[in-house]
Amino acid sequence: MDIKLIDAEPTEEEREAVDLCLGPPRSAWDGGSRGSERDAHIAYGNREVGGLRHLLLPALEAVQARVGWISEGGLGYVCERLNVPPADAWGVATFYALLSTTPRPRRVLHVCDDIACRARGARELVSGIEESVGPAITHGPDGDHVVVDHDVVAWMHSPCLGLCDMAPAALLIEAGTSPAEHSIGTLTAHHARRLCDGGSTGVDAAATPPIPQLGAPGLSLLRRVGVVDPTSLAAYREAEGYDAMGRALELGAEGVIHEVAAAKLVGRGGALFPTARKWEAVRTQTSTPHYLVCNADESEPGTFKDRLLLTHDPFAVVEAMTIAAFAAGCDRGFVYLRGEYPLAHERMADAVAQARRAGLLGANILGSDFAFDIEIRRGAGAYICGEETALFESIEGKRGEPRNKPPFPAERGLFGKPTAANNVETLVNVLPILLQGGATYATTGTAQSTGTRLFCVSGAVRNPGVYEVACGTTLRALFELSGGVPDGLQAVLLGGAAGTFIRADEIDIPLSHEDTRLANTTLGSGVVMAFDDTTDMHDILLRIAGFFRDESCGQCVPCRVGTVRQEEALHRIASGKTRGGLSSELALLDEIGAGMKDGSICGLGQTAYAAVESAAKRLRLFDMRIAK
Amino acid sequence: MTTAAPIVQLSRRARAPKAMVELNVDGQSVSVPDGTTILGACAALGIEIPTLCYLETLRPVNVCRLCVVEVEGARVLVPSCSRTVEAGMKVKTRSDRVRHTRKMVLELLASSVDLTTTPGANELLTEYDCDPARFGPPAPASAAGVRETRLPGHHTPPNPDFAATIAQPATLDNDLYVRDYGKCVLCYKCVEACGPDHQNTFAIAVAGRGFDAHISTELAVPLPDSACVYCGNCIAVCPTGALMAKSEFDLRARGAWNEACQTITDTICPYCGVGCTLTLHVQDGDIVKATSPLDNAITLGNLCIKGRFGWRYVQQRAGEGGPGADGRG
Amino acid sequence: MFLWGSNAREAHPIWFHHLLKGIKNGARLYVMDPRRTSSAQWADVWLGLNVGTDVALSNTMAREIIHAGLARMDFIENATEGFDDYKASVEPFTLEYGALITGIPADVIREVAHTYAQADKAMVCWTLGITEHHNAVDNVLSLINLSLLTGHVGRWGCGCNPLRGQNNVQGGGDMGAIPNKLPGFQDILDTRVRERFERQWGVTLQPKIGWNLTEMLGAIDRDELTSLFVIGENPAQSDADSNHVEHLLRKLDHLVVQEIFLTRTAQLADVVLPSVASWCEAEGTVTNSERRVQRVRKAMNPPHGARDELWIIGEIAKRLGHDFGNPTAEDAWNEFRTLAPDFAGGMSYARLDALDGIQWPCPDESHPGTTFLHGRLWESPRGGRPAPFSVLEHSGPVEMPDEEYPLLLTTGRRLESYNTGVMTGGYESALHHGESIDISPEDARRLALVDGALVRVSSRRGVLVVPARVDRALHAGLVFMTLHFPDEVNTNVLTIDVADPQSGTAEFKACAVRVEPVEVAAGSPH
Repeated sequence: MDIKLIDAEPTEEEREAVDLCLGPPRSAWDGGSRGSERDAHIAYGNREVGGLRHLLLPALEAVQARVGWISEGGLGYVCERLNVPPADAWGVATFYALLSTTPRPRRVLHVCDDIACRARGARELVSGIEESVGPAITHGPDGDHVVVDHDVVAWMHSPCLGLCDMAPAALLIEAGTSPAEHSIGTLTAHHARRLCDGGSTGVDAAATPPIPQLGAPGLSLLRRVGVVDPTSLAAYREAEGYDAMGRALELGAEGVIHEVAAAKLVGRGGALFPTARKWEAVRTQTSTPHYLVCNADESEPGTFKDRLLLTHDPFAVVEAMTIAAFAAGCDRGFVYLRGEYPLAHERMADAVAQARRAGLLGANILGSDFAFDIEIRRGAGAYICGEETALFESIEGKRGEPRNKPPFPAERGLFGKPTAANNVETLVNVLPILLQGGATYATTGTAQSTGTRLFCVSGAVRNPGVYEVACGTTLRALFELSGGVPDGLQAVLLGGAAGTFIRADEIDIPLSHEDTRLANTTLGSGVVMAFDDTTDMHDILLRIAGFFRDESCGQCVPCRVGTVRQEEALHRIASGKTRGGLSSELALLDEIGAGMKDGSICGLGQTAYAAVESAAKRLRLFDMRIAK
Repeated sequence: MTTAAPIVQLSRRARAPKAMVELNVDGQSVSVPDGTTILGACAALGIEIPTLCYLETLRPVNVCRLCVVEVEGARVLVPSCSRTVEAGMKVKTRSDRVRHTRKMVLELLASSVDLTTTPGANELLTEYDCDPARFGPPAPASAAGVRETRLPGHHTPPNPDFAATIAQPATLDNDLYVRDYGKCVLCYKCVEACGPDHQNTFAIAVAGRGFDAHISTELAVPLPDSACVYCGNCIAVCPTGALMAKSEFDLRARGAWNEACQTITDTICPYCGVGCTLTLHVQDGDIVKATSPLDNAITLGNLCIKGRFGWRYVQQRAGEGGPGADGRG
Repeated sequence: MFLWGSNAREAHPIWFHHLLKGIKNGARLYVMDPRRTSSAQWADVWLGLNVGTDVALSNTMAREIIHAGLARMDFIENATEGFDDYKASVEPFTLEYGALITGIPADVIREVAHTYAQADKAMVCWTLGITEHHNAVDNVLSLINLSLLTGHVGRWGCGCNPLRGQNNVQGGGDMGAIPNKLPGFQDILDTRVRERFERQWGVTLQPKIGWNLTEMLGAIDRDELTSLFVIGENPAQSDADSNHVEHLLRKLDHLVVQEIFLTRTAQLADVVLPSVASWCEAEGTVTNSERRVQRVRKAMNPPHGARDELWIIGEIAKRLGHDFGNPTAEDAWNEFRTLAPDFAGGMSYARLDALDGIQWPCPDESHPGTTFLHGRLWESPRGGRPAPFSVLEHSGPVEMPDEEYPLLLTTGRRLESYNTGVMTGGYESALHHGESIDISPEDARRLALVDGALVRVSSRRGVLVVPARVDRALHAGLVFMTLHFPDEVNTNVLTIDVADPQSGTAEFKACAVRVEPVEVAAGSPH
């Protein structure tokens, strides 16, 4: 490809960061030094180099991690190494919130002010930080953003960090030769000030999460969590690790799919697609290779269950992926891990490396002729990348813009090849299924919602955390587990920002797919967020609307503009400046919502009105406002 | 010395005819070749579907969602420009849901983007009973370059007095074309034409995210510092006039652009031996614009800098002082 | 696809779009060019051969193909002649010898030779990198040799294709504007052919092959040619060693120039006939690189006083005592169709309009046109004469760098400009940065030049001053210029006036020069 390179030299530091990520250049034509006689007469290009595009995001992340932003020279060097046109790379770099295309201090504290943290005091915390540290890096009132000194420590607002069990939370990112990322739980303004002053971060909060059911009998998915050393393959194998893989090899691919079908396992990411059908569809595709993608980009506000599995049972994820790959005929797997999960990254990378060393990844797994390996990719701050096709685009080194479906991933997914994409929790379910047998597994739960599910209980509850209960357990029972039904319970958000609010009087609902569907709500990704009467629900709603506006990829009109118009209408209502009265605004919201739901490309736009709608129609939130 | 002769292909392989697929659109049955889009099937029936981001020479990106139709059994509406037909498919192109979503798309665009030079926009806004003003008075234009600096995932809370727009000053940074991004509906056509579908120069891309997404060069540099090769193939596909040849922009600015009195003549570009058909738009005896037909097998509507802008010398001959007069060879 | 001596990305951008589609569909592209051009950056492999070593590269590939048993022997036996001599002639060109001459590593030559020979379909396209050499015809023949050797000719998707530099280079030949042919490539020495034209035109035609441009210049020098009628050409600036050409043109008794601009050549003329821009102010046809005859149409009136070319020629004929009447372009075309019926009989204006052009030959109105030629070579028994292999010797550039002139200058085009810049000077873009001498980073460092520094470039024939531009596409020892800005920088004062004896094209692609920094104060480039 003939590209015009950026006219800026990389610094030695930037060059080193990129070369560490990509390996050294192969010739003068991809960033190496000139002078070889061969380079003067020969260049390989096009296909060989074009195949490297998928490394764009890792390379940009490497520059960001080293110098704290995507500098011109760094961007230019990445483009030269990968033969990616600079404009194209610019489009990618400006898409992801964790990449900065303007100079930024090396140490930045990302403070969550999303809904779960707001339910636990994030707004007050943010005000406190503004007072003690100063204003955040964000836009000024004219829409331009605040320019900050490169060497000053800074903080930014962040969407949900998946630390709702330790709310209010933050993520500290420090660029440098040894870049550091730390999850911070139960943040105080004082603590934030110390962190911004360069203070020590201590142990990553994700290493010591609350595990409310620790040691409880009958746990399936969580039974190793907090019990078995997550950094030891030996410990994992002692705790039935790789027994399921052995069973899979006995059963054969079709046998595995048969068991998963008998178990009636459906996707836990929110879409409820039968897992066996997905794998069978990929298995029978003639186009090769097949890919397995583990969707570990859990970014739905209020969701943190996969984080717990990734940090505290990473070998289970590796084993489950291996089994899924075996069933669907995949020889390469990707874990797409959300960028805000540093400990999960560390633990997963370690688990993959250990598994590889032990012959549990690579060729001849467990002595069979099955070969499979896993590569970990990190997101860079984009909720939309949890949508599977956006996730594929991101792995391919592009902006995370969802594709229109069909074609479905089973037919044309990652790199245009048949792809099985499954959420972490879904994958991990395959272990008990193979160990118990699908039919036995299906005896837990309800007729249509089998097995157990992980629920992310957060907000105004006594003991926030991940809870594993059989499908069909009532919400009330779940609250009892978490320390009792919250006093003054005002509303419960089920399924996250893309889910719906239900009223306090509805908590006897059984948490099964069929019951929630019947009640016109959703389990989504297992979010159960409680709001008591100390929370301003209008503020929560404005945040949800702002979240969708922030996270819309911008590709399709209904979502790109619709999320803006929705937020504007809510602000007009909140500020008492309605156009034509409240009912007119509510009607307008309904119209915008219907357009987004019917017209958007992907689930983000299609569900961007769901929570707002339920607040209006189920909580009668605006009626209360009128009443007030 | 002889070797076993492998079979050689002497002439062009005939393509196997495609199987026909029967579907129902608005109650009418129609058979179209497999692989046809719903839009294509509608065209076969004479059913008009409005489009913005669709163009027959570009891979459908299905982002504008104006062409959505209702397919029985589908949870949400489907973009007819990219969705291919399936046997037995039942399609409704005028249902209430379809009309509502199209109306919303048009209103959302018209309330945030300047559609004054978008051909057909007024007719569509009328047809779908649109009232873009109901979202509030349009917000004033941002200063040049501000939108490019916005952080993905962050935005200033909305001002309840205004409906946000992408209004901004036009970018005039070169002699050949104007980028008036206040008119951009983000249809991706220019990116596709500059990039993978035709020109493969990749001088522009979509940058930023969400409502702040915009078309940009690398580092948002002016066009002359970018990879742009001034083929103008982006102008050729722009459906809103956001991208425009400077010759047209200047005439419009002077109020002198008069499409009705222009003659349009196809000829062959003089600049190389490829034989690109050049459509000359002549007004008052002067060429005012050069394009190429989308259905021309050689160009597919594309030209290079010489073809699209190299006609100017013809008009610089007559008077004294043109390049001919100073003996330029 | 071999793109050999062509930077089509810049010189034929829209054709390159089609090539890019092929690449995306899996076609492999090899670009042979001393510079790593924008075209070369799209290649699977760029072969940066030394300037003027094309025959050596071709011969080396041929030997490798033959020795590897990859020659297409059934085709060779059926369709060609002279294979044994050819085979013997390439025998010295071992991979190592070829590598030594061309600079291309032996393993790469081998890989490319094998890929080409084993491809289902393979095509060679070239431009002036092949033809602007003193051995231009040999270069072309060497590529034809390769296609005959592998049977990549006479079939869909194969063949040897020169990419034409103007919209009617091919059409000029079609219409007989070459020294040895009458319209429709009919041999002027063939009595029956001549008789047909003589009957139609009512004149006697001399059975004599004319001069090409280079030969004309020689004839002026020898005082054998004293009058010249130049139509739409600017030899005073476009030809090699322009100081010498201008001297010759001044020597003529009578020079008539038919032009749309007062070019440098026109300024030397005794009579200038102002004519129209044929592509937009007149009707007619042109023929593109794929032999597609296409209609040009009048879109606007010419400036006052400019006359249609057909009218001018008719008037001159009248003054010379022969009345053509007042034919339209279509009348002239229809006469051509009757005189070359096998060639163009089926190409009426109506059909050309309806079909967006037709590829010749097209003998009758039911004929769809011809997508590729030489299919007869695959017929058994073969139709027509066998295709000859040519025995070719490597013959490098006439002037090689030495101590006095240590750099090799090669010339070419840039995307935004065209030939001598008469037409492309009419618009401005950021791509128009004026003339420069492009130089490798290594030579720039050696000469302590920064980007944009003024340098004095001298050859044995002339000197000029021009800014230097550092270009990574060049290797040490090679410099590059264009001829787009002759008024500011007349590159052709440097180039060497040696031409291919058969085609008459000059060796624009290679001459030895010296580059020296000049002090900025030393004056302007003019």
